[in-house]
Amino acid sequence: MWTLIEYGAWALSALFALHMIYDWYRTDTTYSEEVLTSSREGEIEAMTEEHRI
Amino acid sequence: MADFDITSKSMDGIASHGTKVGLARVLGPAHVWALGVGIVLVGEYMGWNFAVGKGGAYAALIACWFAGILYSCVAMIDSEVTSTVAAAGGQYTQAKHIVGPLMAFNVGLYLVFAYTMLEAGNAITLGYLISVAADMTGATQALDQRPFIILSIVFLAWLNYRGVLATLTFNLVITAFAFCAILVLFVASAPWSADSPLAHAELMSGQAALPYGWLGVLAAMHFGLWFYLGIEGTTQAAEEVRSPARSLPFGTLAGIMTLLIAATLTWYICVGFLPWEYLGDGVNGAVAPLFSAAQMTGSNALVIILGFGTLFATLASANGCINDASRAWFSMGRDHYLPQWFGAVHPTYRTPYRSIIFLVPIALIFALGAPLDQVITFSILSGLLGYTFMPINIILFRRKWPLDTIKRGYVHPFHPIPALVLLALCSLTYFAVFLGYGTQLIAMVSFYIVVSLWFHFWRYRFVKRADQFTMPWPKPRGY
Repeated sequence: MWTLIEYGAWALSALFALHMIYDWYRTDTTYSEEVLTSSREGEIEAMTEEHRI
Repeated sequence: MADFDITSKSMDGIASHGTKVGLARVLGPAHVWALGVGIVLVGEYMGWNFAVGKGGAYAALIACWFAGILYSCVAMIDSEVTSTVAAAGGQYTQAKHIVGPLMAFNVGLYLVFAYTMLEAGNAITLGYLISVAADMTGATQALDQRPFIILSIVFLAWLNYRGVLATLTFNLVITAFAFCAILVLFVASAPWSADSPLAHAELMSGQAALPYGWLGVLAAMHFGLWFYLGIEGTTQAAEEVRSPARSLPFGTLAGIMTLLIAATLTWYICVGFLPWEYLGDGVNGAVAPLFSAAQMTGSNALVIILGFGTLFATLASANGCINDASRAWFSMGRDHYLPQWFGAVHPTYRTPYRSIIFLVPIALIFALGAPLDQVITFSILSGLLGYTFMPINIILFRRKWPLDTIKRGYVHPFHPIPALVLLALCSLTYFAVFLGYGTQLIAMVSFYIVVSLWFHFWRYRFVKRADQFTMPWPKPRGY
């Protein structure tokens, strides 16, 4: 049984890693670098919130 | 008093300068508690008992309480400063605003290394725990721990990648379970009853009381840190909590109170069940002392509860470490202290996704290729350097921005006593660490000196100096 669980752990690790890498690639090719790195320290996201709350 | 008021209900005090995608403000005080306690609680389940090996049971208790004072000072100082510097990066961001860029760079690295090494140590431990479970369930051949080490790191990184709310809600559930497991074991051992299986009088008398004298107490200080190491990680959530001025002090101070209770109960239970020679040997003896104590009760239910408690505490710690290391790395990238590429935020999940992914292979290399004691020692030493920065930080903060210039979300009492106590205890702990790990201490300080030179003579030219100070504070007093 534990041999099967070992194989399962390898497979799940690969699945999670591939999903992250795929999403990373898709995000980086969909959005501009300017948008992705637009975060500034301490700022609340301008798209959803205003300065005054 | 400046216009900036972090406790104001009508304005956040932070101007917008073009952020299109930022970290999501979705967390509450319970998540802050789960982040801080989650990182630390594994230290109750394993590791602290090396202090018993260094000086016996009483030495471990003295170390536990002295380290408790050290970390209470850390929590109070952190709560005040971070309730005002409400940005990701925690102590790195505090250092940048209050001390200067070189200190900030060093503090940022302390944080990243402390948390990434601790994450690697947790993954190694998790692989070991799974192999113990395999042995207990009758596995006929030795288990390959590598797939479980890799799965723990990759799964938790994936969870962190997908969003901070789910990540820390997961941490809240498993951390609460692990803490309750300690309470259940304490109640089940019925210390108030005459029939209690606890045998403190027999196990702690004579030679067992203080086997190495007061030098043993000093040596135990190194491992006393295990009871609380990582509570300062709550500050990394500063940019993702809905109400930083309230949530951060509340979560952090509730966290240190939880840990003081958990640490004392853990010590009390374990030294009452296990002889100090066995308890103090964390390699060939009590690897997971609370689990060993549960086995001593003879109750299968307690063995299962504490077994899951150990597993969950390890997972929660690794999970919180990924969260904190990635925020510190992200903040340094955003300020150009590192390539700005790391300062990206995922537009859907609102997480620092590149920093999370970048630190995965580093954690894997250490988890698969380095011995556990070296990995953990590097983590502790990096943490200790960070604690030494804090008293300097709070003294400068109060001097440059006295209480009547910036309104804080929390003001810690008795200043500067906590700062001075923290500095004294850090000095004591350096000496204790030097006794056992002098070579590693010197090697690590040398490493930080080399990277500081690199930052000063090369990297700092890329930093946009005016952009890095974002807090709308008045000019510091005396400038």
